[in-house]
Amino acid sequence: MTDVERRQDRSPVPQDWTYAPAPESTEIVRLRERYGLYVGGEWLDAKEHFTTIAPRDEAPLAEVGQASEADVHDAVTAAREAFAGWSKLPGSERSKYMFRIARILAERAREFAVLESLNGGKPIKESRDVDVPLAAAHFFYYAGWADKLEYAFPNRTPKPLGVAGQIIPWNFPLLMLAWKIAPALAAGNTVVLKPAETTPLTALLFCDVLRQAELPGGVVNIVTGDGSTGAALVDSDVDKIAFTGSTEVGKAIQRRLAGTDKRLTLELGGKAANIVFDDCALDQAVEGIINGIYFNQGHVCCAGSRLFVQESIYEPLVEKLKQRMTTLRVGDPLDKNTDVGAINSREQLDRIEELVAAGKEEGAEIYQPPCRLPEKGYWFAPTVFTNVAQSYRIAQEEIFGPVLSVLTFRTPDEAVEKANNTPYGLSAGVWTEKGSRILWMAQKMRAGVVWANTFNRFDPTSPFGGYKESGFGREGGLHGLEPYLTFDDSETFGG
Amino acid sequence: MAQAPALPHGFELPLKQRLPRIGSIDQVAVEARAGELAKRSIKKDAKVWALELALRCCDLTTLEGQDTPGKVAALCSKAIRPDPSDPTVPSVAAVCVYPNLIAAAKERLSGSSVKIASVATYFPSGQAPLDVKLRDVEDAVALGADEIDMVIDRGAFLSGRYAKVFDEVVKVKEACGDAHLKVILEVSELGTYDNVRRASLLAMAAGADFIKTSTGKLPGAATLPVQLVMLEAIRDVHDETGRKVGMKPAGGIRTSKNAIQYLVQVHETLGPDWLTPDLYRIGASSLVNDILMQLRKERTGIYQSKDYFTND
Repeated sequence: MTDVERRQDRSPVPQDWTYAPAPESTEIVRLRERYGLYVGGEWLDAKEHFTTIAPRDEAPLAEVGQASEADVHDAVTAAREAFAGWSKLPGSERSKYMFRIARILAERAREFAVLESLNGGKPIKESRDVDVPLAAAHFFYYAGWADKLEYAFPNRTPKPLGVAGQIIPWNFPLLMLAWKIAPALAAGNTVVLKPAETTPLTALLFCDVLRQAELPGGVVNIVTGDGSTGAALVDSDVDKIAFTGSTEVGKAIQRRLAGTDKRLTLELGGKAANIVFDDCALDQAVEGIINGIYFNQGHVCCAGSRLFVQESIYEPLVEKLKQRMTTLRVGDPLDKNTDVGAINSREQLDRIEELVAAGKEEGAEIYQPPCRLPEKGYWFAPTVFTNVAQSYRIAQEEIFGPVLSVLTFRTPDEAVEKANNTPYGLSAGVWTEKGSRILWMAQKMRAGVVWANTFNRFDPTSPFGGYKESGFGREGGLHGLEPYLTFDDSETFGG
Repeated sequence: MAQAPALPHGFELPLKQRLPRIGSIDQVAVEARAGELAKRSIKKDAKVWALELALRCCDLTTLEGQDTPGKVAALCSKAIRPDPSDPTVPSVAAVCVYPNLIAAAKERLSGSSVKIASVATYFPSGQAPLDVKLRDVEDAVALGADEIDMVIDRGAFLSGRYAKVFDEVVKVKEACGDAHLKVILEVSELGTYDNVRRASLLAMAAGADFIKTSTGKLPGAATLPVQLVMLEAIRDVHDETGRKVGMKPAGGIRTSKNAIQYLVQVHETLGPDWLTPDLYRIGASSLVNDILMQLRKERTGIYQSKDYFTND
């Protein structure tokens, strides 16, 4: 080594590696100060407005119209008028519009992703990689069915129902919009859609896409508002209601519609079992558990909120789970490195806090990784409860937050019995390297979706829906078309 | 009553506590997780920090039939002083050469912080009798290697003769004396993540100080999911025994961006303790200049052309 080299030979002592903030810019989103209602292809003023905020810091984003009963009536009338033309269009023409919508969504993906995270609180990496691409994929997929309906249902003659009233939740605002609108349009129906009260903005931005795609006015109408707007839509002159949301509201809707000839599909709550056998791929199972419950802050109706662990691997698994939780990055939803974002609303935060308090009181052991939560906005640290009994509220009720309850089982039969012992039945997860056990479990689980060695995985071609109090009717795939169609032969087939 | 057959020698692994369950790896899920971690956005100070760390962790490598003392001398200068125009740029961890070139490296590196690593054990195939391999190791150590990069006997491993693989690692470790032992699994010949995990645990149980992905002599060397599988095995050994084994991906890491992805994985799987050349190395040659280019860009805001960095 020469003297010159000696002066430069060094190994500085490192400090901690803290990732610098990597915020996605919000510049791409241009919000108006005030939004009206999108009816008949035009923006109508609403009489009253309410403010929609960003849950990350409670900053107001825009004023949004509160649709009254009369407004809803106008929207349904516009949809009814548009139905005549839209349902008569050849399927190939309808599909052209839908492909156009899908392409525009894909082109404007970043804009939608940023707005979704801003208004809903979910991490940008999720809205960017999951919500928006999947929403576009749903339009692409159902666009393909629009001119093939008679092949979709061989020997039957499918016809559209008419006007579909659709009410969607705040956890996946744009994706649920796509799940609802895409099959309805493909089948030849027109739509009145009510976005959730706390997350109306991507639906309102979507109206821009509809205009860009030159979709005929009235085919899709968007009315914003609170529960009363939803109730008005349920009572209005629609042919079908499709609702995704809480079981409580779902039951109320079903009661309202009893005795009418309006059709109904409901996608409601869940308390999914994520069942881990001792022959699973352990580290990947831990990843799946994390994804199952902390994806979208646990605001997922099919979240794997009840973890059933075979007792023989209980300790190492829980240890690994806790270790993994310490690496979850909780914070600004718009930071590209954020894993867990903000809770959607004050109301939801209160509910999570109430149930977590109940869990502690009932005797479950709580663990939360050390993390600094922002002062403003709505936040809840990722939480896991161990020592949970099947009878505790946290094992029974849907929390809809980043809270996991861990229970144990000894044999496959016991796992099935405990997992099915719930009023819900939306989804389940099975973790084992044994193929035969996966198939056996899939048959035994009373849940609409059973994931094997994965969780929260969605695809437009795959039907999704519930058993029991998780609702009825399926969305996605061929099955998702059926609730939007009527068949001339329906008497013969009882459909 | 029939008696259970005696366990083959080496089956009772010398970890103080029980070996972590061998278990299995789900290919789809491990690739998905590696893909997620690869999307971390590392910017500004965090990026400079990572680039300097990557440099400090580099094993600057030349393993060619055409290597000469002159070539190695140039490499050693680069190792001590990667960017002569910038005194804040740290030295790399080691140079990695064939045994015949240890002397040349030693001459240039003595007195510096840069270590000498030598491949041994009939690198890269490992297809030679054990005594030849051990002799190879002893020679390399005698010539002054601080670190030995051995290859496992993939032929034995793939035919299920794990005890043979294990015994060889144990003997090589003995032959190493004070030299650090890195055990190359040559993952692209192992074929499955399950095998990567098994080989990782086996090497660690046999005494490896580091486990290393590849010789760099085959395509499809280090990948992010492969490293993740190995890191998880290291974590399991640490959780069970408290012992910290190092990790070295080698082969195919050419860009700063890719190097940072590897570091992020270490950071979020094993934690900050492993972010040091004592426990993490990157086997690379062309990576260094790309890091220098990025570092200079971070400091000056300008990308320089390749001609402004020395090819050694």
